[in-house]
Parts: sequence; structure tokens; C-alpha cells
Amino acid sequence: MELRFSDAERAFRQEVRDFLAAELPAATREHMLRGKGPTKEMVVEWQRKLNAKGWATPEWPVEWGGPGWTPAQKYIFREELQMWPAPQPLAFNVNMCGPVVIEFGTEAQKKRFLPRMANLDDWWCQGFSEPGAGSDLAGLKTRAVRDGDHYVINGQKTWTTLAQHADWIFVLARTNPEAKKQEGISFFLVDMKTPGITVRPIVTIEGGHEVNEVFFDDVRVPAENLVGEENKGWDCAKFLLGNERFGQARVGASRERIRRLKTIARETYDNGRPLIEDPEFRRQMTEMEVELKALEMTVMRVIANETKRAGTGKPDPATSVLKIKGTEIQQGVSELLMKAAGPYAWVDGDPDAEGVNEWEVAPDWAFGLAGIYFNWRKQSIYGGSNEIQRNIMAKAFLGL
Amino acid sequence: MDFDLNESQSLLKDSLTKLLSARYGFEDRKRYMASAEGWSREVWAQYAELGLLGLPFSEDDGGFGGGAEETLLVAEQMGRHITLEPWFSTVVLGGGFLRHGAEASLRQELVPAVAGGEALISFAFQERQSRYDLHDVAATARRQGGGWVIEGRKGMVLHGDTADWHVVTARVAGSQRDRAGVGVFLVPAKAQGVNARGFRQVDGTRAAEVEFAGAAAHSCLAEDGMDLVDRVVDEAIAALAGEAVGAMDVVHTMTLDYMKTRTQFGKPIGTFQALQHRAADMLIQVEQARSMSYFAAMASQNADRLERRRDMHAVKVQLGRAARFVGQQSIQLHGGIAMTMEYAAGHYFKRLTVNEAAFGDTDHHLRALADAGGLVQAA
Repeated sequence: MELRFSDAERAFRQEVRDFLAAELPAATREHMLRGKGPTKEMVVEWQRKLNAKGWATPEWPVEWGGPGWTPAQKYIFREELQMWPAPQPLAFNVNMCGPVVIEFGTEAQKKRFLPRMANLDDWWCQGFSEPGAGSDLAGLKTRAVRDGDHYVINGQKTWTTLAQHADWIFVLARTNPEAKKQEGISFFLVDMKTPGITVRPIVTIEGGHEVNEVFFDDVRVPAENLVGEENKGWDCAKFLLGNERFGQARVGASRERIRRLKTIARETYDNGRPLIEDPEFRRQMTEMEVELKALEMTVMRVIANETKRAGTGKPDPATSVLKIKGTEIQQGVSELLMKAAGPYAWVDGDPDAEGVNEWEVAPDWAFGLAGIYFNWRKQSIYGGSNEIQRNIMAKAFLGL
Repeated sequence: MDFDLNESQSLLKDSLTKLLSARYGFEDRKRYMASAEGWSREVWAQYAELGLLGLPFSEDDGGFGGGAEETLLVAEQMGRHITLEPWFSTVVLGGGFLRHGAEASLRQELVPAVAGGEALISFAFQERQSRYDLHDVAATARRQGGGWVIEGRKGMVLHGDTADWHVVTARVAGSQRDRAGVGVFLVPAKAQGVNARGFRQVDGTRAAEVEFAGAAAHSCLAEDGMDLVDRVVDEAIAALAGEAVGAMDVVHTMTLDYMKTRTQFGKPIGTFQALQHRAADMLIQVEQARSMSYFAAMASQNADRLERRRDMHAVKVQLGRAARFVGQQSIQLHGGIAMTMEYAAGHYFKRLTVNEAAFGDTDHHLRALADAGGLVQAA
């Protein structure tokens, strides 16, 4: 047993910090310190810097431009970005679609798409969920019908995150409606500029525009954009979903939010004294810190397991803990942040927008805290709801 | 980072597992509990033979040089069988005081006897008013001749009825709740003025009320000893974490097995989603607890007292909640059968319940950690 990071790993952490300090625009950090998601421009600018450094695609093999990091290095990199905070490399490109193309794609597809994904020349989005296929993803109805050297896609995708920025979309569509539901699905790469694609924004409860509906109306996709074999798309989907082993734990992000919470709780008064001195509030905050420490150690176990067994061992039950606990902690911290702001969390809108805080109706830091709380309720729903995660655990690990 | 066992750790685990599987079935345990001393001298001798009792001591002192990882490993196996022998009180607590508080001559006198299974040690700290505050000490120690004389009563002394030696906290200076001035003494159980009255605790282990009426100490381990006490107790908390993980793992598996075989409404109850999700939540708790037990082993070795204390508070909070949840739910998912004395689950639940509150319950440690500023530094 060796439960600490090695000297080399600690040196690597410092190297990441130095790079962040030197290269991340201060405005991006400031923006994200307020808990706001980075803008498209911020993400693109930062990913290109990472790509120039060779760090944009931590999960990719060296052959396709990956840095050749160990699981521990990947974790350190991810965590440092979360704590700084800085944008992560765009997940749709580098964690989702890229690995699928590397695993299942043709040489031509790899050469054509991977370098542009890495440099964020193309922004990708995910066309999986449908109005009738959420937790039961394999029940999707979008159809793709072969027509000469094209497929014609008709149907509707939903919850498509940041489709408004996207140049390309990876799509699961049904190519054989007769087969068992998992066996008639194919995986396509589709140019968002293709005629017949319509993107309609969905505004979520906090007022933000992250997700969209994407409609496909006789969209003609060249057959060369099919990834893997026809009707084998479910393998790609399973591979993609299984790749996210510790992405959802977001330990660094939660630690950054707790730090912020502590700062706020010192400046906020409750019952005539700083909120941080209130025993009840402090206990609630401490509970989160303890849970986070346990989660951090669980992440370490998953990393160590990956390092040693690199996919050969049987799945580690610790893995399934990460999504459920990671999202519960993030949601819990977002609730405490809102609570800390008290009534000032209620001002709707963006403090940076013209005129919103002209009269200083609330301290700048309080803006958006309720919004984040509302928005983060999504975390236990997406990526396989936490209830679906428990179903998976019951089957895969408990033998029930 | 590597959470796997090395070769000698694997060997240790294998031989201990073998011993306990052979000698610590549920029926064996019942028999040991019903015996006069409440545990098995025979099994104890086999622990000694296996090297368990000398494990954490340095080779110079007659031990095997094991560290926190080895103690964690042993503790987990002890938890898996909810053993009754005084391993925790003698080796973890008593041994901890010898390793961190005793002069070389005293170690050389006692360690071989502990390692050989001939010397049993208890830690007598609890007082009627002190609850979980180890510095709240009314018992006194005064100098007499060249030595010390102890006066006072200690309660809930784990294995205090069979111990050959008591490590006792007694006030040398200051007032009852001062951190300064708490001495730590080693008193032979046979010394004049020492009276122990044994009883069984709810989890099946033995404890005693021990009275020190002008008892002469054999030696003083520290005159201002709270740092020493913290050091030893923090290692003990790591061992308790291992024990809890072992017990939780077993009772969780027991629950799953029952869910697969118990049939109601024409199918195994494990097919019902409400119960599956509860079992999944138990797994989450067991895994998070296991993660935290590794952290405990590492953190308990930190020489920085304040940092170490904060970490160990966190360990107790995480483990305490897990123990409570897993214990309660194992009873609930079984249903009535787990309420019976003849079924094992209830015994694990009881051990987990005592484990949660040992050296401070979840509330105590959560408050202490919150008061100490938590684990994460403000921005």
C-alpha cells in the first residue's frame, strides 16, 4: 500500500499550476470564480492553448496526440483545472466523440476529425436523448434510412447541451426498426450545417440557455460518416458512457466551491455574527467537507485500480460511487452557497449585464447563487440518473 | 498510489483469514462469549503464534515492525468476525502507549510479554462526567516516595476485567477540564488498591469498572500526557475504522444473500427496486467508508497533532454515519429474522453501534471538526 502521490506526481501538479498561472486569461478565471460557466470564446481560446502544449486530449492515445499520462496525472490535471478554476477541454470533443472515433472509426475518419476536435476547430455536441428516450436510451426513435451513398435522418433529439455553439453532432439513430432495440442502432457524425437541422433553445429554470432540441428533417448524411458498423452503434454508446469513470466526481470543483463558501460565510452576518460562527451552518458545511474527503479517497482507489489493471480487472464497485456521491456533494454545496447569501441570492439575472446591479441591490458575489442551485439539480438527472446508477449497481455489483 | 497489499501483508491476511474462518464461526463466538472470561484464551494464543500481538512493535523491542497499514488489515479481519479478544485494548491501545510513551527499558520489559500473549493491557480513561472528552480527568496522581499513587474511578474500561496492566489517565496538575496536567500511568492490575468489576457490553465484549484507591503506579509514561493520549487514540480510531469496514462488509453481504433467497409475493425480495436501491446505498456507504479507512491509516501517522486530529475527526464522522446506516439497514432489509439473537446480523449491528461511539460519536467529532475550521481552507 502506498497512499500518497509520488514526488513526480507532485512535480507534475506544480507544472500544471505554473501553466495555468502563465497561460489562462485572468478574465476567464474571474468569470469562473463567480460560478459562471465559461463562454464559448473562453473555452475555445483555452483549449487551443492546451492543444499547443499537447494537453488538450488527456484520454487519447499518444498516436493521436494524447500526452501519454498515467491515470494519476489525468486526475491531477483535471482537478487542478477545477480548482483554479479553468475550463476543461470540451468534453463532447475529447471525452465523448474523440475516443469513440479512435476506437471504432476508420483511418479516414480519424485523420479528418481528430485533429480538429483536439484544437476545437469544430465544436461537437451529443445527439443521444430524445423526448421518449431518457433513462431508457435504447428506446430511441430517430430513424436513419440508407439511400444510395447517404443515410437520411428523421427525428428529434433533446437536452442537447450547447448545440447552439456546435459545428458537428454525434447522433444515435435507428437503422433497423425490426431488431431488438439495442441491436438496430447506429452512430453517425453529422455536420450541423446540413439542410434539415433545426436547433431550438430550451431555457432551464434558472433562466440559462445550455440545452436545446435538435430536429432532423430529411437530413442527408454521407455514408462515410457512419462510425463502426451499421446497427452496432449501441457498442459505441456503451463505450462512450463507460469512459466517464471519474469525470463526475469533480472533487476539485467542489473543493473550490467550499473555499468560496467559507469566504462568503465570513462576510455574511447572521444573528449578529459572521455566519461561519453559527454552529448549525458550520456543521452542515463540515459534513460536506467530510463526504468530499471520502470521495477523494475513492477516486484515488479507482485511479490506482486503473493504473494497475488498465481495464483488465473486473469493474470496481467504487466506480459507481463517484457519480452518485459527486453529484450529491456538488448539489449540497450549491445549496449551502445559496443559503449563505440569504435573500440576496434571489436577484434574478447576470450582475455583469448592463444595469442589473446599477443600484447595488445585492453584493456581486451573491448573484446567481440561487441560479446555480436551481441549475445543478440537473446533475443527479443527467449522465444516467442517480436512480439508474443504483439499478446498475444492483445488477453489476450486488447480483440482485 | 497503490492500495494493494504487498507480499508479506497478503501472507498475514491469508493466515489470519484462515485462522478466523476455522475458529471464529458464529457458534464458536457464542461459546467464547458465554465462557467465564467472555473470550477465548486459546484463540488468543494463536494470535500470538501468528505474530499479531507483536506486529506493531519495532524489531528492536521484540516486535515485527508492522505499520498502520498492517494494523488496518488486522482490524478489518477482526471486524469481519466481530472477535471478542482484547486485541484492540492490548495491542492497539496498550501497545500504542508502549510504543509512543514508554522508555526503552520498559518496552523491553513489556513488549515481549505482550507479543507472547502473556500481558494484557487496558486503557482506563472514562470517567462518569467526562463522556467523550479525554482531558476531562478527575482521578488524581500524587507523588509518593520515588513513585506515583493513583486515586479515582474509571468506567467502561475495555477488557479491564482481564487486563494485567492498566494504562490510566490521572490528573497531576490543573483543574478537571484542563488539557495540561493530565498524566498517563502504567498500573499493574494486581497492585494493592486496584479493584476491577467486570461486565459484558452490548456488543459482547467485556469491560470493567476499575477503582484505583491509592494504587501505586509501576511507571509514569507522561506527566503532561494529552499529546500522547491523542497520538494513541488517533491510531486507535484508524483501527476502529478498519474494524467497522470489516463488519459492514460482512453484514452487507449477509443482507444481499438474504435478499436473493427470501421469497415473498412469489419472488426473491432482492428483485424489488426499493430494496435494491437501499442495498446500493449501503454499498456506497461501505465503499466510502473503506476509502476513508485508508485515509485514516495514512493520516494517523501525521506528526502534526492539529492536522492529524482534524483528519481523524473526519474519519470518525464518515465511519460513524456509514456504520449507523449500514447497521440499521441490514436489520431493516432482513426484516424480523435479524431481530433475533440467534441470527448474526444483529450482532454485527450491535458491534457497529458501539464502534460508532467509541472515542467519540459522530456528533462529537462533527462538532470538533467544525470548531477546528474543517478540512478545506477558505479562499
